[in-house]
Amino acid sequence: MLIFTLKRLVSLLFSLVAASVVVFFVIEIIPGDPAALMMGISASPEAVEELRQQLGLNLPIWQRYFTWVMGLLQWDFGISYTYKTPVSDLINDRIWVSLPLTIYALTLSTLIAFPVGIIAAANRNSKTDVGIMGATQLGIAVPNFWFAMILVLIFAVSLRWFSAGGFPGWEIGFFAGMKSLTLPAIALALPQASILARVMRSSLLDTLSEDYIRTARAKGLSKRQTLWRHALRNALIPVLTIIGLQFSFLLAGAIIIENVFFLPGLGRLVFQGITQRDLIVVKSVVMLLVFAVIVVTFIVDIAYGIADPRLRGNSVRGSAGE
Amino acid sequence: MKNLLTIKDLSLNIGETKILQDIDLEVNGGEILGVIGESGSGKSMSALAIMQLAPGGAKINGSIKFKGEELLKFSEKQMCELRGSEIGMIFQEPMSALNPVKTIGEQVAETVLIHSNVSKREAQQIAREVLERVELPSDEFPLNRFPHQLSGGQRQRVVIAMAIAHKPALLIADEPTTALDVTTQAQILKLLEKLVEEDGMGLILITHDLAVVAEVAKNVVIMQNGIVVEAGETLEVFSDLKHPYSKQLFAASNHVPKRVNRAKPDKEKPVLRASNILRQYPGRGGSFFKKSKPFTAVDKVSFYIAKGENVGLVGESGCGKSTLSRALLALDIMQGGIVHLDGETISAGKGANKGASRAARRKMQVVFQDPYGSFNPRHRVEKLVAEPFYLLDDPPRGIERRQRVEKALIEVGLNAADADKYIHEFSGGQRQRVAIARALIIEPALIILDEAVSALDVSIRAQILDLLAQLSDKRGISYLFISHDLSVVRAITDRVLVMRDGVIVEEGESQSVFANPQHPYTKQLLGAVPDIEKALAARRMQQA
Repeated sequence: MLIFTLKRLVSLLFSLVAASVVVFFVIEIIPGDPAALMMGISASPEAVEELRQQLGLNLPIWQRYFTWVMGLLQWDFGISYTYKTPVSDLINDRIWVSLPLTIYALTLSTLIAFPVGIIAAANRNSKTDVGIMGATQLGIAVPNFWFAMILVLIFAVSLRWFSAGGFPGWEIGFFAGMKSLTLPAIALALPQASILARVMRSSLLDTLSEDYIRTARAKGLSKRQTLWRHALRNALIPVLTIIGLQFSFLLAGAIIIENVFFLPGLGRLVFQGITQRDLIVVKSVVMLLVFAVIVVTFIVDIAYGIADPRLRGNSVRGSAGE
Repeated sequence: MKNLLTIKDLSLNIGETKILQDIDLEVNGGEILGVIGESGSGKSMSALAIMQLAPGGAKINGSIKFKGEELLKFSEKQMCELRGSEIGMIFQEPMSALNPVKTIGEQVAETVLIHSNVSKREAQQIAREVLERVELPSDEFPLNRFPHQLSGGQRQRVVIAMAIAHKPALLIADEPTTALDVTTQAQILKLLEKLVEEDGMGLILITHDLAVVAEVAKNVVIMQNGIVVEAGETLEVFSDLKHPYSKQLFAASNHVPKRVNRAKPDKEKPVLRASNILRQYPGRGGSFFKKSKPFTAVDKVSFYIAKGENVGLVGESGCGKSTLSRALLALDIMQGGIVHLDGETISAGKGANKGASRAARRKMQVVFQDPYGSFNPRHRVEKLVAEPFYLLDDPPRGIERRQRVEKALIEVGLNAADADKYIHEFSGGQRQRVAIARALIIEPALIILDEAVSALDVSIRAQILDLLAQLSDKRGISYLFISHDLSVVRAITDRVLVMRDGVIVEEGESQSVFANPQHPYTKQLLGAVPDIEKALAARRMQQA
């Protein structure tokens, strides 16, 4: 398991280097002059030149790349052109909204999906199963911004349990902060939970038809015991894959929900960066998201190894014959 | 114990289909009952009915009495207490019968834990003892091994350990050795016999192999289409088979195809000449800095096949026979050696697909073991059979293509109209006929038959062997017949190659090699093959 982890770690480092090269070159090199692009068509040549100086665009390309990477390592992303403040400050503010929101939503989604998926699989083709499958279908089909608005109408406007939007900051306390993230987290979790529950169900059903489940039954385990002791862990691999993908998606893909609830998250920051052509912000946030995705993939890989010993790889082979 | 299990008038229906009808059978403690039948005979379903693990929707009538108690009246909870503790069961597929994410220790201990009030540590201790009993010593096979670290035979031992961990009074073994090599099969059978003798356990041994039953079972039941057609003491039944089906089964399992008007294989004109074939795989282990030693699967193997000759290639799993066939077919690269095939050359060192030209590929075709998995289910038979035509420079089209396909289908004993069907509409034997038609259609010089009859029932297997013999006789096609089933190889081949650890250890005329093996390994292989006549003779000796 240690060698497996180290191997994954090495591949993680290679992925990060490769990703930084791609992000840097795609945004910085092609097409045209970043400075001109950032200032728009009407900018005077002098202003563009000044920006080029400021951005260090006149330096050789490899030097710019290394300066950028060294900056990244020190959490220094440069100065935003539109906000005129360090990008790291912008990110620091937002990541403490986006990250907790993502984890909150993902936890909710997992907590809903696991029992729902397991119940559906254990009672295959029963009324419960059909009901659950119908409900998850609906959960996937309903647009989450619409669901978010319904949540606001019920819980914020009518019942006044939650505020309709905005984020007061963590200064007011952990629970108060979490409370203001609750409605957006539910809105984000619903479709994810629906997808995850369906994956859980079908994966479990596949596993339940395996030969070793029959062996377990022949040992004297009841249906329920077989499910918990033998099927569940084997069914986890596809579920873990989906959870990993959902984390990456939620971290940056929550723009619409952030807008509905007026949350200062990373999604909105990227969106503003793109519309205002602030390439420094875009580049930094994209790199940060890539970093997050790669780290999550690494964690999921390790989780695979824990769930399934065959994937650890460095195993002793049995002698082929006897 | 007398009358350990007594089944009377057992019937099982799924919907309108009658799976079992009026089955009677009886097992005593310390005895082995052999249940023989082909696929669809209901032999496995009978076993599942005893365990009450038959698929949902199955309706069971009749009586299954175990130790005097009626099992059909038991609740699911009572059955859970009985399964694994009083009745153990072993299944056919050792590769998939174990949970891949749990250690063998956990899985064996589990049987003990759910049936008796012991601590985890005690259960582990029992698991260790049971694994020792099935000859998996704990210094070599510690409890924390995972199933994927074991071979098929070792896994089957773990499955047996799980089944006997709680010392059941009855053990049901459903084709426990079918997926295993002959030598492993012999070991597993010996182990089962030992357990029956030592524990006074009753054993129901379900198999399609008459020879296995003749060797170990005291009593035998022969089943066909859900009905018991013959039953009784093994020697009595085998000495005087009464039912036509049993006679047919007996004949089929010893079937040797008749060869007619056969041109003598011409050794001067080899169709295939393979020289120094070398196939190595990068070794496991090793570190980042030190290269590990490569694993040599095929070690400089040379042999030839004459025109019209049927050559057998035998050996246990892992001996390199399939790797060799893949190299010959240029489906895999070779690190060394050269293959001459009817005037074309397949050379080493190039990537798969590049090693052989189209000209070389059209000289050979292959038929694989799995008649279910080797066809695209969405294509009609016409398209499936016509597939090798792409190897021709001027492939037939339209009506001509159709006619060629129909001709090939008729030649393998199917109908011209079958060209419009899909593969799922055929039985296993018919599918293998389609596979042979596909191999024949471009008139290759050599057909490689890789375990081509291993998945078939004995009577179907006899028919396919007849077909293969007839085609070879008529058209002078050469075969390389790869199989772990020595009796089949003996029946159809002229010459046989015995392979072990990537090397051919013995080669010669099939009849002389089988009658008088020279190499110790060949002797060991042949000694492990169950033989009906020998087994029955031994029983007669014992009685006299």
